[in-house]
Amino acid sequence: MKKENRIALSRADRTFDIVNYIILTIVLLLVAYPLYFIVIASVSDPVAVYAGKVRLWPVQFTLEGYRRILEYDAFFTGYRNTILYTIIGTAVNVLVTIPGAYALSRKDLAGRNTLMMMVTFTMIFNGGLIPTYLLVLQLNLYDSMWALILPAAVSAWNLIVARTFFQQTIPDELLEAALLDGCSNAQFFVRIVLPLSKSILAVMVLFYAVNHWNSYFNALIYLKSPEKYPLQLVLRNILFENSMGDMVEDASTLAAQQRMGDLIKYGVIMASSLPLLILYPFLQRYFIQGVMIGAVKG
Amino acid sequence: MSSATMATIKQNRRAALCKKARRVLGNWQLYLFLLPTVLYFLVFRYYPMYGLQIAFRNYKASKGIWGSPWVGLKNFERFFATADFWQLLENTLAISVGNLLLSFPVPIILALLLNQMPSKRFKKIVQTVIYAPHFISTVVMVGIIFLFFSPSSGIVNHLIVALGGQPIHFTAEASMFRPLYIGSEIWQSAGWGSILYLAALASINPELHEAAVVDGASKLQRVWHIDIPGILPTVVVMFILNSGKVMAVGFEKAYLMQTSLNISTSEIIATYVYKRGLLKSQFSFSAAVGMFESVVNLVLILSVNFISRKLSDSSLF
Repeated sequence: MKKENRIALSRADRTFDIVNYIILTIVLLLVAYPLYFIVIASVSDPVAVYAGKVRLWPVQFTLEGYRRILEYDAFFTGYRNTILYTIIGTAVNVLVTIPGAYALSRKDLAGRNTLMMMVTFTMIFNGGLIPTYLLVLQLNLYDSMWALILPAAVSAWNLIVARTFFQQTIPDELLEAALLDGCSNAQFFVRIVLPLSKSILAVMVLFYAVNHWNSYFNALIYLKSPEKYPLQLVLRNILFENSMGDMVEDASTLAAQQRMGDLIKYGVIMASSLPLLILYPFLQRYFIQGVMIGAVKG
Repeated sequence: MSSATMATIKQNRRAALCKKARRVLGNWQLYLFLLPTVLYFLVFRYYPMYGLQIAFRNYKASKGIWGSPWVGLKNFERFFATADFWQLLENTLAISVGNLLLSFPVPIILALLLNQMPSKRFKKIVQTVIYAPHFISTVVMVGIIFLFFSPSSGIVNHLIVALGGQPIHFTAEASMFRPLYIGSEIWQSAGWGSILYLAALASINPELHEAAVVDGASKLQRVWHIDIPGILPTVVVMFILNSGKVMAVGFEKAYLMQTSLNISTSEIIATYVYKRGLLKSQFSFSAAVGMFESVVNLVLILSVNFISRKLSDSSLF
């Protein structure tokens, strides 16, 4: 744009920008402060937190909460279980979703519209809790890790996102050329499609892994043995049932126990959410890409 | 029709059939790729739909789903006749419709503001921060609510007292359940929800804005006349999608936020199904309740979709 054509910001536009800055700053603080508060509350003296004296900085810095969490075995078992379920679950998710989505992206696949309708319909109607629960019982999955993994093996939404990606990025000409050269579908998929699809693989791994990391409902209804509980279920017991065992028993009064309990709660919130919150800014672009591919189809 | 043309038609048809067969056989590897996906949907998605007939039977564990006696609509009638029915319906709708109406506009406004933000750096910081709560699990989210809104030690009540008010026992007050539920929902998901609209805004032709600037249009005018009409189709589609979830209020959050004191507003259909079905083993009855919820949902999403297709040409299907 030429310099003389550039129109100076009018008074109205400046007001707009100022109001915009003010609103977004308030939004920023409304979201950031609670997150920040959890961080400082988890390392402050519980008496100060209880009395509302912790506002901007930690008061009487202490790692007591974390020390007690480190001594709590159930938390570690939960952590280990969640890592295991997340790795195996995500591997199953990706191994099923990616080849399936690729096949569904192929225009020459007979029956693909019917299959797509079959997938889409499950997004607006499902059998619900009771029949699914009885099915898991029937399959003898109750109280097994697979009850958390198999019923969630594919997400219809992620399948559609991956399919849209393949449709947009793999040109038909590439396939035709490869088939002419005597390449089979499987060879084409492994040698040509997959190397071009690293970003969708990252998107799928992230979407599915976050889901496994954060899910608790399936564990709540399908797992019976405490030693198999994932992190979120252990967290639930700490946060809501106050089952902290000997973590707080040494405190002299009930009030002191409650204060120590709160400190531990802030600590477990940090310890369980930290991996995601630390990794997320670095992986942000993949998450956003995933949402945007999904947006293309609405 | 001459026999010659008949023969060509037959031949064409046979050729088409052959081509189709070749397409299926030639692509056998693709069907192998699809096999796990199809199996998953049949077993874990469609079989439970078939299993929904338990709602029309009187389930006896010893006889299994298929052997239990058929009772028609008795379970549904029983549910509609319970004293809980209207309360459950009201609670479910209050949370979901309230959530739809209150939280739906927030990501749109955020996206419009972010899109007009002159400083790219500041925009990036705001985005990174407001997306973050999306990654907090439901358990942790509700844990945070309980800590922050605790009557004795929560920061919210410290603030209320500092401003000269009386502390409120948020988590035990039935009237506070809905604001807490919807407010935390907005806090957690509005930022993430804005990504979609930012993508839609980014795809608006920049020449429209340049032309408007030359014509002397202010920013506000450009937001109103270019940005908003530009993202309207996305808004409509998102509204349809969200309205399909009206009855399906997330079980996880409501169940965790439930206390014996706020049960009169926090008991929704999903938590009721869980308690009656899995905790009290009334499988047939609670399957009927769950089915009622799913069917209302289906009808809702189809009708909103129908209305929007008539009114605005934007629709899902």
